[in-house]
This record gives sequence, C-alpha cells and structure tokens, in this order.
Amino acid sequence: MQIEIRDVSKTFQQKGEQLQVLDKISLEIEKGEFVCLLGPSGCGKSTLLNSIAGFERLDQGYIKIDQELVTAPTSKYVTIFQNYGLLPWRSVLRNVELGLEATKLPKNEREAIAKKYIHLVGLSKFEKSHPHQLSGGMQQRVAIARALAVNPDILFMDEPFGALDAITRIKMQKDILEITKSHKKTTLFVTHDIEEAVYLADRIVIMTPNPGKIKEIIPVKLPTSRDRTSDDFIRVRDRVFEILNMKETTILEYEL
Amino acid sequence: MKTLKHIVVSLLIFIGLWQLIYLIGGFQEALFPAPFSVGKAIVTMFLHKDVYQDIGASMYRFVIGYLLAVASGILLGLLLGWFPRVFNYVNPIIQVLRPISPIAWLPFIVLWFGIGDIPAIVIIFIAAFYPILLTTAASVGNIDPIYLKVAKNFGIRRHRVLFTIVFPAAFPQIMNSIHIALGSAWVFLVAGEMTGAQSGLGFRIIDARNNLRMDHLLATIVIIGIIGLLLDSLIKVIEKKILSNWGKEAKEGGKYNAN
Repeated sequence: MQIEIRDVSKTFQQKGEQLQVLDKISLEIEKGEFVCLLGPSGCGKSTLLNSIAGFERLDQGYIKIDQELVTAPTSKYVTIFQNYGLLPWRSVLRNVELGLEATKLPKNEREAIAKKYIHLVGLSKFEKSHPHQLSGGMQQRVAIARALAVNPDILFMDEPFGALDAITRIKMQKDILEITKSHKKTTLFVTHDIEEAVYLADRIVIMTPNPGKIKEIIPVKLPTSRDRTSDDFIRVRDRVFEILNMKETTILEYEL
Repeated sequence: MKTLKHIVVSLLIFIGLWQLIYLIGGFQEALFPAPFSVGKAIVTMFLHKDVYQDIGASMYRFVIGYLLAVASGILLGLLLGWFPRVFNYVNPIIQVLRPISPIAWLPFIVLWFGIGDIPAIVIIFIAAFYPILLTTAASVGNIDPIYLKVAKNFGIRRHRVLFTIVFPAAFPQIMNSIHIALGSAWVFLVAGEMTGAQSGLGFRIIDARNNLRMDHLLATIVIIGIIGLLLDSLIKVIEKKILSNWGKEAKEGGKYNAN
C-alpha cells in the first residue's frame, strides 16, 4: 500500500453555512495502480485529490504516502491541473525545466532531461514555442512532460482532459495510460466522465455529494488496452451508471 | 496606412480651424498666434541650438525621474504585494499621499534639494511612482493561484518564487502601469521645470511668457506634445515586443493601452 487515507473529513465555510465536502473517507491505493475518482461536481473528489497532494489541510483523519504523513506538496508527487498551470512567459523547454530548477543539476543536464520528456510526449518540434502558441492538448502534454521530468512516484491529475475536445481527449487518454504504465507511476485521476474512468482505471472510486462520500469502489478487470465498444467495457460502464443513477432516485424520493 | 490617413486629415482640419478662428476673430498676433507663425517659430527654434539643449535637459531629467520611479515602484510594489499584512498598514498612507499633486511638494523640494535638475526629477518621480507601486502591489495579489501551486509542488523556494514566478506572472499588468505612468510623468515635466530650472522645455515656456513670445510658447507646447507622443509610441513598441511571449495577455494589455 502506497497511499493510505484514513477517516478523512473536511468542511468548508460557505456563506455562513458548514459544507461537509469530505465525510470520513478511507481509501488505500497500491503502488502502480491507476485509480479514478469519479463523481458529480461537489462530491469532493478534487478536494480529496488536493488533500492527498498536500495542498489542503484536513479537519480530521490522516493521509500517509509511503508511511509518511502528508503535510505539504513535494515534487515526489506531482499534480497536473485542468488548466495546465504552464508559465506563459516561458518556452516549452523552460516550462519543462521548471521542476528541475529546484534540484542541483547543472543547466545542460536539466536541458537534456527536459528534452527527453518533451520528446516522449511528441513535442520536440515545439521546444521553443510558448504555451499560447500550442493547442490545449499540446499544452497538457507539456504539463505531463514537466511532471514526468522530476521523476515523481505518483501523478495526481485533476480533470486534466476536461478542457479538451472529445477526439483530442481520447488520444490523450490512450497516451497517458501508456506513459503511466510504462513508467510505473501510481496515478490518481479525478474525472466526471464515466467512459474516461472505465477506460483508464484499475479501480474506480465513485463519490457522491452532500456530504462528500465514497459510494462504491469498483475494480475494472479489463485488459490494459481497452476497446470502448466491447461488451465487457459497456458492462462496467453500465454498472457505474447504475450506481450513480441510484443516487438520483434517492434525491427524488427525498424531495417528494 | 489607414492611421496615417486619419492623422493627416485630423491635423489638416485642426490647423484649418485654427487659421479660420485666427482670421475671423482678428486677434493680435501676440495674443493668439496663427498656425503659420507658430510653424515659423518651430523652424527658427530648430535652427538654433538652444532647443536641442532644452530637449536634452528635459529628457535627462525625465529619464532619471521616470526610471527611478519604475525601479522603486516595481520593487516596493512586489514586496508590498507579497507581504499583504505589511501592505495593509502602508496602504492608508499611500492612499492619502497619492491624490496630492506632485506640484504641491514643490516648495519643499526646492527647500530641500535646491534648484537645478533635481526639482523636476523629483516631480516626475512622484508622478510616475504611485501608479506603478499600486498596480504592481495589486497585480501580485491577482496572479493566478495555480502558478503558486505549481511552484509549491516543484519545491521552488519562497524567495525564488517572487522573482521566477510572481514577477513574470504579474508583469503584463506591471508593464501596463509603466506605460500609463509614462504619460502622466511627462505631463508633470513642464510643471517641474517651471520652478527652479534654468533650462528645459518647461523653462522655455516660462521664458517665452516673460518675453511675450506667444509664438515661441505655442511652438514649445507643440514640441512637448510631439515628444510625448514619440515616447508613448516607443514604449508601446517595447511593451508589445516583451509581452509577445505572454501570448493572449499581451494582446489584452495592448488594447488597454490604446486609450
């Protein structure tokens, strides 16, 4: 077990009201696993991810990574955001070098590492470009290269493909799966796209809002290279739909 | 090409109206000079070497006062923006000082620094300083929090974050204030040189008034306007060049500066 989340609770104050975003969440994630946090907006999936990544403080419970309490972000676990978080004033190369600047590596080595990962995401031709000259998908590739360049143990991804068009998204999903599997990165991936979760995850953690809770965890026992149109794929997807639909009917009953 | 057409036509209309008012009004040349005599005055002035010395003296004072304001405004603004708790204590004082016209300080400035170049430099400095300081401080608070998150994630140390992340992230807005401050500082050049200076374009205005040479006075005004315009175009070019790397933000900045 690489990540241990134990009885984690968190409330936000919003307009004088207490909003319970995380309610006694417990979860364990193994090394090398690809786990998707799936749920509608407001279910606390991003807050949970941010807490594991060290950006948020907890009210209750604890999170351990490699047996150590998480208190602040470190470059051992890198977060990839939906809006990429690239520095617009830096070229692609200099963006990817960013994480290496905190290390004591000499300049030419930093550059060599950055170039290697830019090549990996297929952007060697765009090394000298600035982020605004690239498409959304390419910008996210730069963010992925930047994350990989510091050789982190874990990748946290917060709806990374949410801003991309459907076709680019499918291509990116395929690529990120290949990269995380071949580099053996533990990946925690937040999404509200059911098909995306079924395509990517070894396990899907389904969350529901008010308060933010884990509804169910379903293992996806499909081969790594997944066919979105296969019966098995659709079966898993239906199962997720079912779980989420049940939540809708309970709300209806509640309102009646 | 279209802008050139606009400039030429607007100038022709302006000069035409001026000439018309001069002819219809029957003013004395000493009270209301005609465009032609002002044009002649400009030509005679440029045939004399005095005007080059005056422009040189003014530019010298302007550049020093303005650059000092840019450097100190950015540096202090970054620090105040980075330490908002300090800024909360300093801000009330700034807000009281800011609306005071730099001219109001002139008696003190002359008392403390004497006459010569310094009063004009100080006036220009004050005029440019506050907008840069306040915009810089505000823009530090306004930068996209994702940059700070990324910096934290990659373990960039706090003191390095200020210059590798915060300053460049805030730079488009800072550049905008530098641009606007250039215009307001140039406005105060004349005021700064009206007292205590024995050279410069502001002094030339006072000198022309004392000699009742309204043609020279207006000619100097025209020169001041044209230099102001040139300075503005120059900084616009610099701004565009620097900000092109920022992508979209540069275009936005450019739009604001159009006015």
